[in-house]
Amino acid sequence: MTDVYADQETQSRKEQSLYASRVKVYPKKIWGQIRKLKWATLVVLLGIYYIAPWLRWDRGPNAPDQAFLIDMPHRRAYFLWLEIWPQEVYFLVGLLLLGALGMFFVTSLFGRIWCGYTCPQTVWTDLFMWVERLIEGDRAQRIRLDKSGFSLGKLWRKSAKHTAWVVIAILTGGAWIMYFNDAQTVVPQILNGTAGIKVYGFLALFSGTTYLLAGWAREQVCIYMCPWPRFQSAMYDEDTLAVTYRDWRGEQRGKHKKGDSWEGRGDCIDCRACVAVCPMGIDIRDGMQLECIGCGLCIDACNQIMDRVDLPRGLIGYDSQRNQDLQATGKPLRFHFIRPRTIVYATIFAVICGIMAWGLLTRTTVEVNVLHDRNPVFVTLADGSIRNGYTIRVLNKTRDEKVYKLSFDGLAYATMSVVGQENSSADNIARLTAAPNSVATYHVFLTVPPELEVDEAHAFDFVLTDRDTGAVAHHETVLRGP
Amino acid sequence: MATPKTDELTGVATTGHEWDGLTELNNPLPRWWLYTLYACIAFGFVYAFFVPPFPGVEGIIPTTRAVLAEQVAAAREDQAVFLNGIESSDVAQIRGDGELFAFATAGGAATFAENCAPCHGAGGAGAPGYPSLADDVWLWGGTLEDIHTTIGHGIRNDDPDSRFSEMLAFGRDGILNGGQIGDVANYVLSLTGKAEDPEAAARGQEIFAENCVACHGENAGGEQSLGGPALNDAIWLYGSTLADIRAQVTNPRHGVMPAWNGRLDEATIKMLTVYVSTLGGYKE
Repeated sequence: MTDVYADQETQSRKEQSLYASRVKVYPKKIWGQIRKLKWATLVVLLGIYYIAPWLRWDRGPNAPDQAFLIDMPHRRAYFLWLEIWPQEVYFLVGLLLLGALGMFFVTSLFGRIWCGYTCPQTVWTDLFMWVERLIEGDRAQRIRLDKSGFSLGKLWRKSAKHTAWVVIAILTGGAWIMYFNDAQTVVPQILNGTAGIKVYGFLALFSGTTYLLAGWAREQVCIYMCPWPRFQSAMYDEDTLAVTYRDWRGEQRGKHKKGDSWEGRGDCIDCRACVAVCPMGIDIRDGMQLECIGCGLCIDACNQIMDRVDLPRGLIGYDSQRNQDLQATGKPLRFHFIRPRTIVYATIFAVICGIMAWGLLTRTTVEVNVLHDRNPVFVTLADGSIRNGYTIRVLNKTRDEKVYKLSFDGLAYATMSVVGQENSSADNIARLTAAPNSVATYHVFLTVPPELEVDEAHAFDFVLTDRDTGAVAHHETVLRGP
Repeated sequence: MATPKTDELTGVATTGHEWDGLTELNNPLPRWWLYTLYACIAFGFVYAFFVPPFPGVEGIIPTTRAVLAEQVAAAREDQAVFLNGIESSDVAQIRGDGELFAFATAGGAATFAENCAPCHGAGGAGAPGYPSLADDVWLWGGTLEDIHTTIGHGIRNDDPDSRFSEMLAFGRDGILNGGQIGDVANYVLSLTGKAEDPEAAARGQEIFAENCVACHGENAGGEQSLGGPALNDAIWLYGSTLADIRAQVTNPRHGVMPAWNGRLDEATIKMLTVYVSTLGGYKE
């Protein structure tokens, strides 16, 4: 028996290797509506990416004046008028949720337009391909160049291309650094060699990955590395618009000579223009497939050909499965944009937007966090009074030293004392000092007399008041007894 | 039986195996993926050479062990300023100085968790037989000086300056009989309004005056200089029921605390003193 198995193993190994080499894709240049849209998107997105770190925003002295800055060493993130503390990382969570839901929503409506138009991988690959085309020529010339033997011309073109790619990659990685360091400070430092190992390390990392992913890996990133194509089909249904070859119109495909009759055949003349322009190297006529990023360049290519053979445009276009079936049977088109799926995505999106807007609008420059002591939960004093301890953290988000007023609300007959300030007045209002732009920690005791029966947990609020602005921060906590 | 087949729908070869009607496509992996795996393995060896993962060997790039040692040394250096301050100040000065107070509280908390919490509980919460350090009652005094002495010399140990007190075994040694012990226990409870038998309590008052006042003080208010606990408050080290009190009078238990002088350095004991004073019982 074992011999049989071994034989079959050898057999199957011979038939198919476990590994396949990449088949290089040579996308052909194309011009059309969708290509125009893609260039416009590219210019806008890259513009934002490269220019944003240079925008300034005056926040007064002792604060960075960069409009968009994530200051890791000081644990602060600046977005225009907003200054986010690590404690407010939920804003980041909200942004990520909005990003995910936005992608779900758009995908359920229009398919993979994120992949095709706005994904950084697509945008930079487009840019790198443009450079490649400038230097090495279009599809046919590039294929010829790669097949040709060594020559000075080939050496010159290849090195020019890679030099240009590396320059773009360094600019890209450099721009990324500027979101984490002050652009006006770090750029001169990078240039004169004083920026430090971290900056150069990350610069090398981001430049290297840009060069590798946009120059070499390209469609391999989408097919093998990215998880999004693997589950985006979960957002698709029969009403989702996707780049589609209208096979009911195109088949039977076949070569067509000028003057031949169109009777009894499809509109597809099998010119393979759609395949030649595809950056993923696939044939859209095989139907919906994982590799298709929905960039729509095949639509431009096919439309050009249709114009040339005097047939209506749109043999390939954005279309839904439902319309495919309707058209194939000669019924009118129907578009369903409002569907349970899109309503749910849009509703959750709106709710999160609302929560974040509420959070931003009610955001104050002072915050108080209260931690009830666990060891011990409460202490019985000599006269039978019950005392609870609290660790109070005061977040002073302003640029000035502040003296806050701490009091409590919802607890009668209690007396308050602050550890280290035992001598201060006993009017149940403590004065807590907090240095500018920092957190101050205090330990506070609350004591209630023995006559007062303390429930197992009595809820009340600590109230912190900014005496200059009147801003108030509350934090609910409990007083516990036996 | 495993025979290589081709999947009709996709035209891709299958692995040949079939699991209850399911077959698996045998799509080839991209070759660069394989090379990436090899590159990662190679990188592992290079990395191990430059940053050795074995203790005792240092490579060209500092390991996290070396970085840690450096950071610990740097932290020690930073702490030295504060430690010097603590060594050259007395405990009251430390408590009055914002920076030293914060440093001493943090250092004291760490030392307390390691050395004191096993008996006194985290946060000095105490336990039956182990005094709470968070309430406002002190057996040996709650001023900074008192706390400092107690930590340094301990209680009922071999240190010549150790705090020492011992309650007579009134029951075991036959000083009082069972009825008298019940009476005096009732009297003690009556001081906080919890007597079970008012007549017994009345009888017990005389016994208390004769036997107990010397250490527990007039009106049972306690006598700190002798370590005699107050009996007229809500704090009970060995329990507050009649049975608990009878048991303690009959056959008293005594806790022992080691002297920390010599075990901990003086700066650490000062920090501990400051920390204990923040737990809630601090007396001016």
